[in-house]
Amino acid sequence: MSTSDLQVTRKSPVTTVAAILGLIVLITLVAAPYWAGRADMRLMGEIFLYLALASLWNLMAGYAGLVSVGQQAYVGFGGYMLFALTMFGGLHPIGAIAVAGVLGAVIALPVAFLIFRLRGAYFAIGTWVIAEVFRLSFAQVSALGGGSGSSLPVGIVRSLASSRAGREHLSYWLALASAVIVIAAVYFFMRSRSGLALMAIRDNEMAAGSLGIEIWRTKFIVYIVTSALTAMIGALIFLQKLRISPDAAFSVNDWTAFVIFIVVIGGIGTIEGPIIGTLVFFLLRETLADLGTIYLMVLGVVAIVLMLKAPKGIWGLIRSRFDLELFPLSYRVKPNKPLRKC
Amino acid sequence: MDWVNAVVQGTLLGGLYALFAAGLSLIFGVMRLVNIAHGDFIVLGAYLGLSVTTLLGLHPLVALLLVVPAMALIGYVLQRGILNQTLGKDILPPLLVTFGLSVIIQNGLLEVYSADPQKMNAGALETASVPLGGLSLGVLPVLTFGIAVAVIASLQWMFYSTALGRAFRATSDNQEIAQLMGLNRRHIFGLAMALALGVTAIAGILLGIRTSFDPSIGGGRLIFGFEAVIIGGLGNLWGTLIGGVILGVAQTIGAKIDPGWQLLAGHIVFLAILAVRPNGLFPRINE
Repeated sequence: MSTSDLQVTRKSPVTTVAAILGLIVLITLVAAPYWAGRADMRLMGEIFLYLALASLWNLMAGYAGLVSVGQQAYVGFGGYMLFALTMFGGLHPIGAIAVAGVLGAVIALPVAFLIFRLRGAYFAIGTWVIAEVFRLSFAQVSALGGGSGSSLPVGIVRSLASSRAGREHLSYWLALASAVIVIAAVYFFMRSRSGLALMAIRDNEMAAGSLGIEIWRTKFIVYIVTSALTAMIGALIFLQKLRISPDAAFSVNDWTAFVIFIVVIGGIGTIEGPIIGTLVFFLLRETLADLGTIYLMVLGVVAIVLMLKAPKGIWGLIRSRFDLELFPLSYRVKPNKPLRKC
Repeated sequence: MDWVNAVVQGTLLGGLYALFAAGLSLIFGVMRLVNIAHGDFIVLGAYLGLSVTTLLGLHPLVALLLVVPAMALIGYVLQRGILNQTLGKDILPPLLVTFGLSVIIQNGLLEVYSADPQKMNAGALETASVPLGGLSLGVLPVLTFGIAVAVIASLQWMFYSTALGRAFRATSDNQEIAQLMGLNRRHIFGLAMALALGVTAIAGILLGIRTSFDPSIGGGRLIFGFEAVIIGGLGNLWGTLIGGVILGVAQTIGAKIDPGWQLLAGHIVFLAILAVRPNGLFPRINE
């Protein structure tokens, strides 16, 4: 048997089926305004935004090893940029979302130079300090309502669409699009050269470095891109909320704790993990939310138990048992023809 | 004179921050663990102090005799039951497990004590002051600073002059060889966490006498402690005290310029030091 009988591929029957099913689900979701009620669409919009945040956090922590507990810095920054750019810059909200992303990348540059000096867990707390600095700074800006925050003027809200239904549909589609774009971006990034470098760094930093991978630069790029996209998601979140205040915008619980739980529960370091985690998280929330603080304690316990017993999360369990992969990322060797005895 | 006063008050406040930081510094030194729930343990210490003082009618400082051992016990059990399983090359498990702990403690406190701000009643100690060269020094801040110096001096002595300290340093240097020499590292780590939470209990009670507290303030206390550790340099306990003082002075001077700038000024000084001296002012451990 020569090597030409073998083929190295990323595809498998499962990934093909997953792609077809994924496309069907996506089309169904795009059509949601025609079949779903108002409350359902609101919930789904929120699910998509959390899915996008979780996928981004997973890219940083799961693939680049940059564990941040301060991503609320960029969620809040994006939200505030939306308000500032529409209220004082006269931008259309959708244009403001795009500009918020660019500004997120710009502000992430000096931040990265500072906090990349910290290693591991101290990096994590350093990101939290940055988020606190952002929160305290925006609380000082009296034009944006200072510590008590401000609401988006009616005129700006109307500029999205004239009818209420039109606005709701638009914000639903924006949320869906953000989740799809983020997941697609992570997927194509991971299939690229840089993605390969990133996976090599994740598996063994020293070996990756000795093969000539520029570790610092790769991580730096991931941090900047993640921050920019997170700022855009933040702008979208507060376009839906229509009201912003420093405490809500830079909430560590809402924008980081929940996101970390989603990724840990679903499975860190996989694209599928955040998707499963988001579904489980919202399922838990919709059934246990009446319990209030107990619900959060349950989440904490679930995350700790999973981290100790199944550090790769739900998707890791499924994957190790059935060798499944929905997104074709890892390479497999397959025979071209059925194998004959040599 | 106002500025001198701000510096003096900030220095005394730094003692409290050094107490926030000492436990963090200790466990990082021994097992390279960063406890994200550290701030919530400080708040837990304050609430335990509150319960003891209200139930038994004790003075908060006397309550230390009960709360410190209780927190130490919690620390030992937590380390042996959960945290030891997370230690290893991968930094993710300890980080995420302590993050989960933080959420559990914070919401547990909310459930038991509600979100209302609480304060411990320490009687005359709260308002007593002594005049000193035109300044008026609060007895409580001076006492807090004195306790911080005493705690750090005894930790330093423990680390370098006792058998337990030798065991801590040995496991910190090389876990496997320490294990071969007959030290049980799980037990040693348990003791380190017990000691760290004991110190945390002192910090929590002094915090609870000084200001009002509620379950949500843990994150902020963690950040102050962390900043003091980084400013002073990793693994250097006296450096941590200096780091706490620098942070405290930055905050009181910031507050003097504009009340809204108090916390921001502290963070900015921290970031400036991080930019100029990434390893802190007096580093001892090169991670």
